Amino acid sequence: MAGFDWIVPVILTMITAATPLVFAGIGELITEKSGVLNLGVEGMMLVGAVTGFITATVTGNYFLAVLAAAFAGSVMAFLFGVLTLSLMANQVATGLALTLFGVGLSALMGQEFVGMPVDPLDKLYISGLTDIPYIGPIIFGQDGLVYLSFAVVAAVSWFLYKTKAGLILRAVGDSHDAAHSIGYSVIGIRYLAVMFGGAMSGIGGAYLSLAYTPMWAENMTAGRGWIALALIVFATWKPGLVLIGAYMFGGITILQLHAQAAGLDVPSQVLSMLPYVATVLVLVLISKDQSRIRKHAPACIGKIFHPAA
Amino acid sequence: MSESSGDTPQLELRGITKEYPGCLANDHIDLKIMPGEIHALLGENGAGKSTLVKIIYGVLEADEGEIRWMGEPIEINNPQMARKTGIGMVFQHFSLFEAMTVTENIALGMSGRQNMKELESRIVEISNAYGLPLDPQRQVHTLSVGEKQRIEIVRCLLQNPKLLIMDEPTSVLTPQEAEKMFETLRRLSSEGVSILYISHKLDEIKALCHKATILRGGKYISECDPTQETAKSLAEMMIGTNLTPPEHHEGGDQGPVRLKVRNLSIDAEAEFGIDLIGINFEVRGGEILGIAGVAGNGQIELLAALSGESLSRETEAVRLDDKPIGRMGPNDRRNLGLAFVPEDRLGHGSVPEMKLTDNAFLSGFSRKQLLKGGFINAGATADYAQEIVDKFDVRTPGIDHTAGSLSGGNLQKFIVGREVLQEPEVIIVAHPTWGVDAGAAAAIHQTLIDLADNGTAVLVVSQDLDELFAISNRIAVISEGRLSTSRPIHEISIEEIGLMMGGTHGMGETDGDTGGAAHVA
Repeated sequence: MAGFDWIVPVILTMITAATPLVFAGIGELITEKSGVLNLGVEGMMLVGAVTGFITATVTGNYFLAVLAAAFAGSVMAFLFGVLTLSLMANQVATGLALTLFGVGLSALMGQEFVGMPVDPLDKLYISGLTDIPYIGPIIFGQDGLVYLSFAVVAAVSWFLYKTKAGLILRAVGDSHDAAHSIGYSVIGIRYLAVMFGGAMSGIGGAYLSLAYTPMWAENMTAGRGWIALALIVFATWKPGLVLIGAYMFGGITILQLHAQAAGLDVPSQVLSMLPYVATVLVLVLISKDQSRIRKHAPACIGKIFHPAA
Repeated sequence: MSESSGDTPQLELRGITKEYPGCLANDHIDLKIMPGEIHALLGENGAGKSTLVKIIYGVLEADEGEIRWMGEPIEINNPQMARKTGIGMVFQHFSLFEAMTVTENIALGMSGRQNMKELESRIVEISNAYGLPLDPQRQVHTLSVGEKQRIEIVRCLLQNPKLLIMDEPTSVLTPQEAEKMFETLRRLSSEGVSILYISHKLDEIKALCHKATILRGGKYISECDPTQETAKSLAEMMIGTNLTPPEHHEGGDQGPVRLKVRNLSIDAEAEFGIDLIGINFEVRGGEILGIAGVAGNGQIELLAALSGESLSRETEAVRLDDKPIGRMGPNDRRNLGLAFVPEDRLGHGSVPEMKLTDNAFLSGFSRKQLLKGGFINAGATADYAQEIVDKFDVRTPGIDHTAGSLSGGNLQKFIVGREVLQEPEVIIVAHPTWGVDAGAAAAIHQTLIDLADNGTAVLVVSQDLDELFAISNRIAVISEGRLSTSRPIHEISIEEIGLMMGGTHGMGETDGDTGGAAHVA
């Protein structure tokens, strides 16, 4: 059995690598289902990461830290909403600007906190259960946010496909004109969806600075926001597949780290590229089957809604 | 009609006024609808019909005026409130969600919470009771236009409306489907439901409606009993002048075959598109061939295959004056003398943000030789644009105005004129008078007839059977990507064409029957 001891740490690190992607991905999924494309995920994650980190070091209260990160993310998203939904700015350009803004803002906010240590998020320990070899630490030894990420995916799935509110959200993304003429507030619904997306990105960012590498460094998301965006296309806008996709990308990230550590004879830069290369490859493969994408993709995505007569 | 409510109108409008910047859409309009009455709202495009019903349904708010419901003044601020009051509306451009099921679509149009299972059984119940068969589980994009409309009607009926507003409901239906719908409406009327019926098909209004209110240029013109009027008198009230029908030409002296399509099959590129299957037809110089069909039966794909926007597998599939052009792009086809007026005026037929001169240049530059050493010859282009405006009576402040600033009818005259002045060998026109007022429509029809008389082969694709019968020499029907053989118009009736158009989606018939027989015709 000793030969397999490395499996448990690999899976444990895989979970921590995947969790921020699950949060950011599921948040953006709701945003896109309402017909809005917010490319500012990376920026919202960074602001969430720094806000969560600062709150944690100042107050020592991790619950508060996660809440603050969610709030910061949704404030960023609200800003995006004002620009694109109320002022009808182009969503792609605004999203890119939001990412650049988030990079700068988070660096500014976190200046004093760079390199400061913080205790990682507490992990669950249930005597007896967590001690079960192999599966014990994997299933019963995670921190709260990991369990929350699974709960959020289940809740979003239930919301989208089992509730009237979810039906309305999908309807707004499918045809905003029809939704408007039936009498739904397209703009209002989109604000809520965008802000939920921001809050989830914020939590995803906070997971990085509080659990994955418990510290703050500039630009510490390192492109995870973009992977989260790609994930949604990979998942063809289905919540369950976002979860699976996040774990796949998380797994590749971790495997390359372990491969480097094992001294594989490949330049480390090539290995670091793997998650991103995988992203591109998967997108190309998925895009081949356009009909599958269109079936679940919100038809109005990225289109500006003019509530004209 | 009205059984219980005496002479209190179900709905009464007093002095409804709505102003848009630079346009008075509704100018003190009065309207009275009794319980159980089918009331027609008549008027040309831009007369203010749509604005008025949107005010009734709470999508728009009136600047002035009063709405009374059963004699009591009420305010309707949004569609939810309208539905709660008992007003249902079937939209002209459906308010449906393509990627969702019938049940989900209906649930979205209802207020409050629904149990999906219960809703499904109520849908089946109502749709059977009123002869509007629907499968609640189907995804909307898989349905025919007629079926989509049934969803909208059933959605309204589920809320037990007292007033049903129908905005041009038959523009997408075959005559048989329309007749079935009239039966449903008459039955609703006998149950005391008032119906406000918007249409500009005058025969329909004469057959269906008890009363008609006529609007012109945003103003109330008169109220009349349509059964006592003729179609001509109604039309003249609508447009305010006398109408001259297009002069029909004799189809005797036809020239050689100019456009020939043989065994054209193309797989649709768009999702939910229609594959073309073995299309055969030819158009001779001097004649107008009409292609009838309910929208979404392959017209878009056929037009793209003819214009060159999608290429045929074999170049022989499409021939122009006996030259194979099936694998040529649009510009090469234009050079050979193929002119094209697409269905969508804004975005396909013209670039809305560009000036009329630029729009003239974009389609006419090679046939009219508007290029000089690779540069735009601005003078010649302006002359060309001005010629179009003058000859085709395009009402615009000037050729430097954008295409998007023109009204639908004027822009259509501009686009048709632009193509006609290129002296085409073959012209393909899609829905030439869709959304165009009667005056401009008559002018466009006359232009096409004159063009044919000069030896051009004219192909017209339209849903409007009255239009096709007014101008065509022969008519063929497209249904589910197949084209019937063409028949001279004096050998075929509107009813026969309607049956062929119905294909396999005839109302009240199960899939498969009648459609097959109709294709053979």
